[in-house]
Order: sequence, then C-alpha cells, then structure tokens
Amino acid sequence: MSPGLQLVGASYRYAGSSRPALSDVGLTVLPGRVVGVVGANESGKTTLCLVASGLAPVAIGGRLDGSVRVDGVETAGLAPHRLAQLCGMLFQNSLTQLSGATATVFEEVAFGPANLGLPVAEVVDRVRWALGLVGIDALALRDPARLSGGQGQLVALASVLALRPRYLILDEPTSELDPAGARSVADVLSRVAAETGAGILLVEHKLEILAGIADEVVVLEGGKVALADEAATVLADPRLAGLGVEPPAGVRLERAVVGAGIEWSAAMAAAIR
Amino acid sequence: MTPATEAPVLPDYILRIPTGTFRGLNPLTKLVFAAAAAIVAFGVRGWTGPAVAFVAVVVCGALSGSLRRMALFSLASLPLLVSILVVNTFLYPGAHDTLVVIGPLTATWSGATAALQGLLRVVAFGLSAALFALTTSIDDLMVELERRGLGRRGSYVVGSALGAVPRTLERAREVADAQRGRGMDTEGGPLRRLRGLVPLIGPVVFGALGEVEERAMALEARAFTAPGRRTILRALPDSSRQRMIRWTFLVGSVAAVAASLALPGRLP
Repeated sequence: MSPGLQLVGASYRYAGSSRPALSDVGLTVLPGRVVGVVGANESGKTTLCLVASGLAPVAIGGRLDGSVRVDGVETAGLAPHRLAQLCGMLFQNSLTQLSGATATVFEEVAFGPANLGLPVAEVVDRVRWALGLVGIDALALRDPARLSGGQGQLVALASVLALRPRYLILDEPTSELDPAGARSVADVLSRVAAETGAGILLVEHKLEILAGIADEVVVLEGGKVALADEAATVLADPRLAGLGVEPPAGVRLERAVVGAGIEWSAAMAAAIR
Repeated sequence: MTPATEAPVLPDYILRIPTGTFRGLNPLTKLVFAAAAAIVAFGVRGWTGPAVAFVAVVVCGALSGSLRRMALFSLASLPLLVSILVVNTFLYPGAHDTLVVIGPLTATWSGATAALQGLLRVVAFGLSAALFALTTSIDDLMVELERRGLGRRGSYVVGSALGAVPRTLERAREVADAQRGRGMDTEGGPLRRLRGLVPLIGPVVFGALGEVEERAMALEARAFTAPGRRTILRALPDSSRQRMIRWTFLVGSVAAVAASLALPGRLP
C-alpha cells in the first residue's frame, strides 16, 4: 500500500458539460505534508478539491477518468460516509458547511461522529479532541449561527476533524476572513498537520499563507497542472504571474530590491518572513 | 490521528433539560396537546369545541408564562380573522335573520354567530401553535422525533425547514440593504415597497437554492448518509404519566369529534 492521497491522470467533467474541468492531473499529498494549490479563477481549483475528496463524482455526478487513491484504496465506488472518514473536505463558506440544525458548537462538531452512529462516549471524546486541537474549547456552548466568519470556519474545521480523516482538503478556507482570522486558520492547519500526521491539500489565494505553511505548491491553469514543486521554488518562479497568480509580497519585494541594484540578504528574507 | 481520551460526561449546556410546569413536558406531549386542541377546535361543532380548546390553551399558556407572547404571535392571523368576520356576517348563505343593514349589505344573526365561532376556532388553533412554538426549541423537537424513529433525514428536514425561516429573513434583509446601497428605494408607500420586492426575489430565492446545493455536499462530507441510526447525545425526560396524557389527548379529541358528529344538536 503506497501512503498518500494520489490523483493519477485524473480528468473530470461535470454532468452536462462537454469540456473537462480537470485534465490529466497528477499529484500526491503525503501524510503530514501540506500541498498548496493556486491558480487563476476558473482554473479548476474547486473541482480538484471535489475530485480529491471523492465528492465528485460520488455525490455530484459527472465523469471521472484516471484514478484517485487514498493510501492505496481507490475512492471510486466508496460510499460518501466512508469517503468522509478518509478525506475531510472544508468548503469556502462556513455558513453552508455547518449543519444549521444544532444549538451549540459542541453539538455541531458532534454532528459528523453522531452520523456514524458511534457510542456517546466516543462522540464526546472526538468532539473534545477536535475542539482542543483547533483551539476553540471556549466556543463549545456558543450558537453556531452567531459566530464570526473566522470562528465559523474554525468550527467547520473542527467538525471535519472530528471524523478523523487521514487527509484534509480545504477550498479557500480563508477567503472570507480578515488577516487575523486567516492567520488563525493557517496556524491551526500547521498544527493539525504536525500533530495528527494528516496530509493537507490547501487551495488558497493568499500566497503569504502558503509561503508560511505549504511544503509543496501546485499551480493549475485551465484544469491542468502548470507548475508543481517545493513551495519556495514555485512561489519564486517567474512564470507565476503569467499563470494569473500574483507572487507573494516577499518575492515581489525581493525582485524590487534586486531590480534596484541592492543586494538581497538572508537577513532581509528573514525579516519579511 | 491520535485523540486524547476523556470521560464521556456531557456538559450541562448540551443536556439542556427544559424546566417549568408546561415547558418541562416532553416535546411530543406538547405537540400532541397542540394537535388535540386543533382537532377539538375544528372538529367539534358549535361553541363547545372552540371554547374548550381556547380555554385549555389559554390555561396552559398561563402556566408556561407565555400568554402575552402567544397573543402577539396570534396577531399574524389578524387578516384571516377579519375576513372570516366580514364574509360570514354579511354573506352567510341562506340566512334571513337580519341583524343590521349597512348600505347594500345585510348582516345576519346566523352569519355573525358562524363568524364568531369560526373566529374562536382560528384563534384557539393559532394560540395552540404559538404555545408549542414558544415552549419547545427546534433541536428539542428534532432530538425527540429522531429518538422516536423518524430517521435522520426526516428530523433534519423538519429542523432545517423551521430554522430556514429566520435564515431567509436575514438573507432578505442583507439583499435589501445591498439593493438600497445601489440606490433602490425600498421605503415609502405600499406600491413603492411592492416594487422594491421584485429585485429581492431573485437573489433571495437563487441564493437559497445555491445554499441548499452547497449544504447537501457539506452534509455528504460529514457522513450524513451513513447507514444505521445516528447517535443521540441528549435524552429528554419522559414518563409513563406523560405517555398516558398523550394517549388521553389523542383518543379524547377523536372521541369528542365523533360524539359531536354522532349527536348533532346535543352540544351547545
């Protein structure tokens, strides 16, 4: 069994569409590693998340060619509740990710484990563990409908973690957050990868976040992988802007400094990190 | 992933045992009471049915301390009450016992009596629904329905449908604010307000539909379709006494309707 979430030659087209949204995508997310995904709008990032999580085609239909494997197991044909325990998926909008049917954050996080019919003791254990891991124990008794965007996203993350998936797939989890909220989510993701050994596939527009936590970065263009390498290499790649992705501020600053004829030092790089 | 292990003690804010003379009853008991009141109010002829249902609901409302809010709640049925009163009083078919003549319209005693009876039926029903809604939280109802075997889909549909009302109102307010920010006039007379509704409908309806699609995927991602029964964290108190009361309400209300139909003219 080869460990990792692997997409091999994965192509996907939505039901009713003649054009593939993903074409021949290959990537691997190893346990404990964070793989960032960037790309211009309509480049296939959300589709990649749906395919990697197995929701496409299992839950939304469409046609998948190639294969998606989790630790060697083909996800095609697995029931959604089995997939949920292999790959947890976090969507952009925390409001729609939450069930809308619970009175407290504790019960919201318990929603997934309760769906599995686990014993009460196990459900409670999982909820406490997930709340602690994400650092939101203090929100446990709050009404999920009355949280800020950042808090809601952390609750949604804890809800996914409570299913104890081996891999996490996150589709722009900081898109609706202010800088402090985005940093908070990024810190939690680093901790989750380090403490649980979960592999993380993270679609993110804020490249400063990827620069801080991603081990590798994949750039999508038109549903295909245009660049893929170690994070530092990809984020400094001069082709990035041509692919519709603005390089991180640090890279732009370095280029400006070097362009002005000033020597870029390691101390400068450390200072902006 | 390696979880920490702790004692499976549920905190008080999860247990949330309802308290109070009427509020503390099992949600199913309150639901059956509301249903029985509606059956009696509409099913038993004459004044007896609506009067008994009205008194029973008002007494329970007073016991629960919700009487004032129930009255406010029932104001929503005011347009219906006015139409019942006007239509029956002035247009009751076959009635000739004139009460008063107003221009081309003639109010009749028969019509006025039927109108007041109809009014009392609707008020009793409205108050019983308000009493249930004000003394039972949505999640209590969902927990109880699921425990009774309704199934995760059924109870989720009930709970999310009830919860969707405030969400939709909030979304409508957001869209209205956004439209106002773009210069649309939503204040003023009824006609202007009506015109202001048109650009709200699309965003609210399509937004809600989009939300449903996303939520359906999110539910799949949280194992909602797993086979077997869900784990129920909370158990709401119930008793053999309450079970007996529920059966009494159900059987009693149906028997009252049957008696009313079998013995026409014997009840006031």
